[in-house]
Amino acid sequence: MIEYALLFTALCYGVALILDLWRIAQGPSSADRILALDTMVINVIALLVLYGIWRGTAVYFEAAMLIAMVGFVSTVAYCRFLLRGDIIE
Amino acid sequence: MSLTAEILISLALVMSGIFGFVGSYGLVKLKDTLQRLHAPTKATTLGVGGVLIASMIYFYTEKGHLSIHELLITLFLFLTAPITANFIAKAYMARNLRREDLPPSGGEYGWSIYDDPPQGKDLAPQPETPETPKAP
Repeated sequence: MIEYALLFTALCYGVALILDLWRIAQGPSSADRILALDTMVINVIALLVLYGIWRGTAVYFEAAMLIAMVGFVSTVAYCRFLLRGDIIE
Repeated sequence: MSLTAEILISLALVMSGIFGFVGSYGLVKLKDTLQRLHAPTKATTLGVGGVLIASMIYFYTEKGHLSIHELLITLFLFLTAPITANFIAKAYMARNLRREDLPPSGGEYGWSIYDDPPQGKDLAPQPETPETPKAP
C-alpha cells in the first residue's frame, strides 16, 4: 500500500513542479517568479523526503535540511535585490 | 509493519500529495500576485508536514526509534515561511504599487515601503532629519 501512496505523492509533486515552471516562464512580475522558485524549493524538499522513505535510509533528511536553508537564503537575497538594488550593503 | 501503520502512512502521504498539488495549481490559477501569495502556503505547511509525519511513522515502525530530523525541517519551514512571504509582498509593492494605490495604514506612521522609519523614543533626536511624512 505504501508503494502506491509513494507513487501517487511523487506524481502529485512532479505535476506541481511543472506548474511552478509554467509560472516562472509566464509570471508577469518578478515577485511571481520569486514566489514560484520558493514553491519549487518546497516541492523539492518534499520529493527528497519521499525518496528517503522509498530507499529506507535517513541520509536524505540532511540534504532536505540543506536545501531548505539554501532556498530561504536565496529567496531573501532575490527579494532584497529587488527592494534595494543590492544584497549586502 | 502493522496494517494500522501502513494505513496511517498512506493517508498522510496522499493528503500531502493533494495539498502540494493544490498549492501549485493555485499558483497558476489565481489572478493577482498578492492572491497568488496565498496558495503555496498550503504546500509549505500541510504538504511538507504530511510527508514528514509519514516519514516519522515509517522510520519509527521500521527502525524502532523516533527521529527528530523531520521536526527540525518542519520547525525551520514554519519559521521561514512568513519571512519569505513578507519579503515577496514588499518586493511586489515596491515595484508595482504607488503610494496612492494603498489605503491609509491606520497607525501613527505610514507604510514602511514608502515612508521613513519612525524615530524611536529611546533614540536621540537628530536635528537635520526632515519630518516623518504621515499617511494621508
